[in-house]
Amino acid sequence: MDDTIDIQILDIPLDLQTNYDFVVTEACGGINAFVGTVRRWNKNEEVTHLEFECYMPMAIKELQKIAIEAKEQFKAHKISIHHRVGRVGLTEIAVIITVACKHRAASFRACEYIIDQLKKDVPIWKKEFLVDGSYWVNARP
Amino acid sequence: MKILCFGIAREIIGSASLELDADGVTSVASLKAHLEAEYPRFKTLSAYRIAVNQTFAESSEGISEADEIAIIPPVSGG
Repeated sequence: MDDTIDIQILDIPLDLQTNYDFVVTEACGGINAFVGTVRRWNKNEEVTHLEFECYMPMAIKELQKIAIEAKEQFKAHKISIHHRVGRVGLTEIAVIITVACKHRAASFRACEYIIDQLKKDVPIWKKEFLVDGSYWVNARP
Repeated sequence: MKILCFGIAREIIGSASLELDADGVTSVASLKAHLEAEYPRFKTLSAYRIAVNQTFAESSEGISEADEIAIIPPVSGG
């Protein structure tokens, strides 16, 4: 992996400063960050926590692919993507994406592209635990 | 052949991996047919994909003992 892309899947709390520091560079004037957190209410049901599991080697590969595509499409200079696995509580961070581009417009678009692709193709699964039960998100029609 | 199982697929099969000795399973399509016959709950999923050697595979793709094969139920990262 080159030093412009930082991909990590971690079972400890994520830290925005780490992702931010990775992408800071003299070449760029626009840094965009997306932070996905665990919310309490989903479709009128009360959530207690989430559990994430992943197919580690493939998830890393897919995230690398997405980062390389984002670099090409949006001329992003540096990209950092961290995803949490294991049990994640309310308000805790599930995912952080930071992107540095020369100008702001491209960094907004690149950041959105990365989270959209992540949700489509990266083998990570979320189980939502409710006050009265649990289920795998997206598994059933 | 060994099949890795994640998320709801792990729960349907009851294990993180499945040892398969089905002779007729030589492609992604035949693997899916076999899984759905043995574990009908796969038919209730909104979709699921098969990864061969950590890459999403087409249904026509051939598979063998040497491949790393995984069942990929609908993903939900982020």
